[in-house]
Amino acid sequence: MTDLIQISPLSAKAVPGLTGRYRTERNFQRLGRLAIAMSLGFLMFLIVSISYQGVGAFFKTEIRFDVEPAWHDEAAGDSYALLRHIVREAEPEISGRKARRDFFRLIGADAEDVLRATIPDKKFIWLPASDDMDMAVKADFEEGASRLTEQQLDWVRMLAEEDRTRTRFNMGFLTNGDSRDAERAGVGGALIGSLLTLVICFLLSFFVGVMTAVYLEEFAAKNNWTAFLEVNINNLASVPSIIFGLLGLALFLNIFGLPRSSSLVGGMVLALMTLPTIIIASRVSLQAIPPSIREAALALGATQIQMVFHHVVPLALPGMLTGAILGMARALGETAPLMMIGMVAFIADPPGSFTDPATAMPVQIFLWSDSPERAFAEKTAGAIIVLILFLILMNLGAVLLRRKFEKKW
Amino acid sequence: MKEFEMTFKSITVGIALLATSAISASATDQIRIVGSSTVYPFSTVVAERFGRTTNFATPIVESTGTGGGFKLFCAGSEADTPSVANASRAIKSSEAARCAKNGVKDIIEVKIGYDGIVMANAKSAATFNLTTRDIFMALVQNMPLENGTLVPNPNHTWKDVNSTLPNIKIEVLGPPPTSGTRDAFLELAMEAGCKKVAWVKKLKKTDKKAYKKICHSIREDGAYIDAGENDNLIVQRLKANTDVLGIFGFSFLDQNQDVVKAAKINGIGATFENIADSSYPISRPLFFYVKAEHAGVVSGLVEFITEFTSDRAVGDDGYLSERGLIPMPAAEHKMLRAQIMNQIAKQ
Repeated sequence: MTDLIQISPLSAKAVPGLTGRYRTERNFQRLGRLAIAMSLGFLMFLIVSISYQGVGAFFKTEIRFDVEPAWHDEAAGDSYALLRHIVREAEPEISGRKARRDFFRLIGADAEDVLRATIPDKKFIWLPASDDMDMAVKADFEEGASRLTEQQLDWVRMLAEEDRTRTRFNMGFLTNGDSRDAERAGVGGALIGSLLTLVICFLLSFFVGVMTAVYLEEFAAKNNWTAFLEVNINNLASVPSIIFGLLGLALFLNIFGLPRSSSLVGGMVLALMTLPTIIIASRVSLQAIPPSIREAALALGATQIQMVFHHVVPLALPGMLTGAILGMARALGETAPLMMIGMVAFIADPPGSFTDPATAMPVQIFLWSDSPERAFAEKTAGAIIVLILFLILMNLGAVLLRRKFEKKW
Repeated sequence: MKEFEMTFKSITVGIALLATSAISASATDQIRIVGSSTVYPFSTVVAERFGRTTNFATPIVESTGTGGGFKLFCAGSEADTPSVANASRAIKSSEAARCAKNGVKDIIEVKIGYDGIVMANAKSAATFNLTTRDIFMALVQNMPLENGTLVPNPNHTWKDVNSTLPNIKIEVLGPPPTSGTRDAFLELAMEAGCKKVAWVKKLKKTDKKAYKKICHSIREDGAYIDAGENDNLIVQRLKANTDVLGIFGFSFLDQNQDVVKAAKINGIGATFENIADSSYPISRPLFFYVKAEHAGVVSGLVEFITEFTSDRAVGDDGYLSERGLIPMPAAEHKMLRAQIMNQIAKQ
């Protein structure tokens, strides 16, 4: 734009007030750049602070212990006894009930699960550390950064010096369900819940929304009645989302008797919320189709419905899909309506079907942020990263769809 | 066109099928728990352990607040209503009446232990030694004077309240009005301080409403700040601003001992031991309520109650004490447990 101003053949003398007008334009552009810089700054701050806090959630600390095959036989399948045995053999100098219990607190709650899953012929085994030790190692033993006692910190330092600790990618964080033990907790259950909810939400809102838009735009007469409908649809798009939750509670749970906390009901409620957005986006993309397409189809003898479904809708589809995906992205971030229908809950088992109790990503973030255990702060930020990545993927999909199918006239 | 119709038809049929399968699925193989957000961290730990160590499904625990929990709990006695309601206070008579009206007649009350409410500040800041009177005088909306009148709270600094306290502006972060923690704080700390004024104490007998209005109010001029339901946020802000005090549950103090420390109340520190022997003044019992009618209907319910009341969970050395629950004295626990088991056996 600045180029345009500079190569203008008009001189300041020839046109009175030209300098002032140029100045206004430059100032306006400066303001615009400032606005963009500010919003980018906020976004960067959010992303950097969340990444800084949350990157640790994707890694976990492990401790190496020696193990002999015979111990497995001795324990006879009792993984707790085996764990005790391994620790006792590894640290014989730690004596006294309290000291041994303190040392035992360095080992993660999921250590038994690991033991149960290993083959007995290994010479040594890596066991997950407890959340408290994990936090201490990640904070580099910084003063006041963990709940460990001096004695426990000394042990951790000793383990680190002996090269018996390592940091590994925490796959469980992506695959596990919710847990009250930070070392075991993962977003897997919430991810599946979100996915199931979105499937229902998409199936309901997309088809109903597109049909509504097509009818209103292509078939309905333009009269007071349709104008009234239009105002209402636009209004619905800005109704606070919790209202849809209340509606879902009254309608789907109390009258239809659908199962509480299920992703089916969650999806239905979110579909109600997304419908107006999709209807509006679909109508806009239908309006963008030039009348010549319609007239050409009709002139060649197509009926109204053939014209709409053979020509107009396929051309408008990329725009409709984009609208739908953006609506879905908003639905993905909602917690408030889900609270009313019981999806804000501790649900440990990942859902296997639409009717199983499920949570969703933002709900998981909300629940973790309120947990007293320190390690959940890291998990909260980690879950936010996963949610943001999910959103970026969806929005990227919307952009690609538009690029690939959009037609320009 | 045909194709479109086909897909549309199959999708409608699919949704209809889904809906019918949903209705036929029964909820009786999974325990549903609702209620207090204070009990939630304990209830979920028991639920998870229960799911992991038995063949029953892990119970679903919803954090709805005590009042919201009773509303759902008392909605009816059908198998798909919640079987357990967590509560950070005893059930009110109005709630029990609502239950009875909807056919929930047999409710078993289970006390699981105690929770302390602490007033804490940053570890690097001065240690506060407060009395309940100090707390009341610092936070009440309209202060009752000895001569029987009310004035808008004139105290700006802690020194104004009590000359032995530091000369710092009064600024307290605490739970919002919807929270059970706030109710308990009003009842245990504010009311106790309120009663120290003689004429207000007398008022309790003559005009209960006016009494409550004086004692259960919190100033709204910015000295008390609603910090939302998230106690972690309060801890974060205490760390950043050493002049501020925060009100939250003991379990958050327990987890953050390295950054915050609790004020002594009436000379008694907010420690595990002091809350357990109830010498610490701001502590309250925690409960859960069970629908006795569900004992034979919802599979695993009896086993779940057995686990939740076991020594292993709520006993002196139980796994919940590690999460910040303050256990009951052993004798009381034993007695209550026997009572509850009796009640269940009758079903």
